[in-house]
Amino acid sequence: MKHMVETKEIAGQSPNWLLARLDDLVNWARANSLWPMPFGTACCAIEFMATAASRFDFARFGMERQAFSPRQADVLICAGRLPFKLAPVIRRVYDQMPQPKWVISMGACASSGGIFDNYAMVQGIDTIVPVDVYVPGCPPRPEGLLYGVLLLHKKIKGESLSDRALREEHPLDDKGLRLPPDQIDEISEPFGNSVHQFRSA
Amino acid sequence: MNPSVDALRATFSTAIGRAAVARDGETLVCVRAEQLREVMQWLRDAPGERYDYLVDVTAVEYRDRERPLEVIYFLRSLERRVDLRVKVELDPRGELAVDSVVPLWPGAEWLEREVYDMFGITFRGHPDLRRILMWETYAEGYPLRKDFPLRGRFSRAEQVRQALAANPEAHYSLEELSIAEAYDELPRDMKERLERGERGKLPHSE
Ligand code: SF4
Repeated sequence: MKHMVETKEIAGQSPNWLLARLDDLVNWARANSLWPMPFGTACCAIEFMATAASRFDFARFGMERQAFSPRQADVLICAGRLPFKLAPVIRRVYDQMPQPKWVISMGACASSGGIFDNYAMVQGIDTIVPVDVYVPGCPPRPEGLLYGVLLLHKKIKGESLSDRALREEHPLDDKGLRLPPDQIDEISEPFGNSVHQFRSA
Repeated sequence: MNPSVDALRATFSTAIGRAAVARDGETLVCVRAEQLREVMQWLRDAPGERYDYLVDVTAVEYRDRERPLEVIYFLRSLERRVDLRVKVELDPRGELAVDSVVPLWPGAEWLEREVYDMFGITFRGHPDLRRILMWETYAEGYPLRKDFPLRGRFSRAEQVRQALAANPEAHYSLEELSIAEAYDELPRDMKERLERGERGKLPHSE
């Protein structure tokens, strides 16, 4: 099978019937056996634990085994706010995860800095690692996180083996950043109530 | 008012400034920075005092720029069940430094590091004065000072760049660092202190 997929005729064309069936099979397997790498930094991690425990039990969605080692994980779940001091840590964890890998940003803080628009907090983990699903809420209820996981399933089921770009590694650029600086500044712009704070004293 | 204040005045006279009872009923007393170590030693060891537990060290900067910065020590006598707050006032135009009380209460080590990290107040004689909450190479200043902008001094992109460039292992204590791989990336003064054997031994320094 592997050999056939890699032949030029198939990879070069628009997905044919055989490849589409293979994609279905692989994606079904991947989506239903996600091994999460919990990166719980704050209050959201408590909801994450509730999601993992028996009442909500995300093992029902194939996440039976939580991987506390990035080497054996598929999906990084950042549950909680990320201070700048942890930025190199989450980047290292992400870099250590083997492909295929996905990232869920759980909660307002991980997704945008939340209420912590200050000197110590990363304004959205997407300035550090690429994010697949953002789960809003402060904190999101376990149902919210499960909905995010199901959205990720949907996304995975839409992937194709012929799209090599999906599985490419993107290391930090020569400036040591994931995105161009002006983009990071734009993502980190204050919004909501925090526009009323002044940048300088 | 806590009777320790009168005892302090009788023993140190001019070193003791104003004293007051705070709203929560605790007594606080101001001490001249030069005599801090003596006064604290006395408070810890004098038979009638015996403040053997240092609960916390913190600092305050007021919005009014003319007012001095204050370093505050929360003392407790476990056997007598009495509390006392000792304040040291520092003129913000002068050098922001006081004597460390780590020789008296070893537990002051991290508390003083935190005050140094957040306010930039130096503690003379501290065995290992470096940042504790922010990372070693943090370059934006002292976050709890009033002239520090809430979002920091640098642009967000620059903050992300500097944070990503930091070595996560460089946050370890000096003892842990003696076995970690980040040794080469430490600031020079830390390396020197390690090499002098001030804190733990480096395996390769022998
Ligand atoms: S989003 Fe809310 S619950 Fe989650 S880490 Fe931030 S403050 Fe805590």
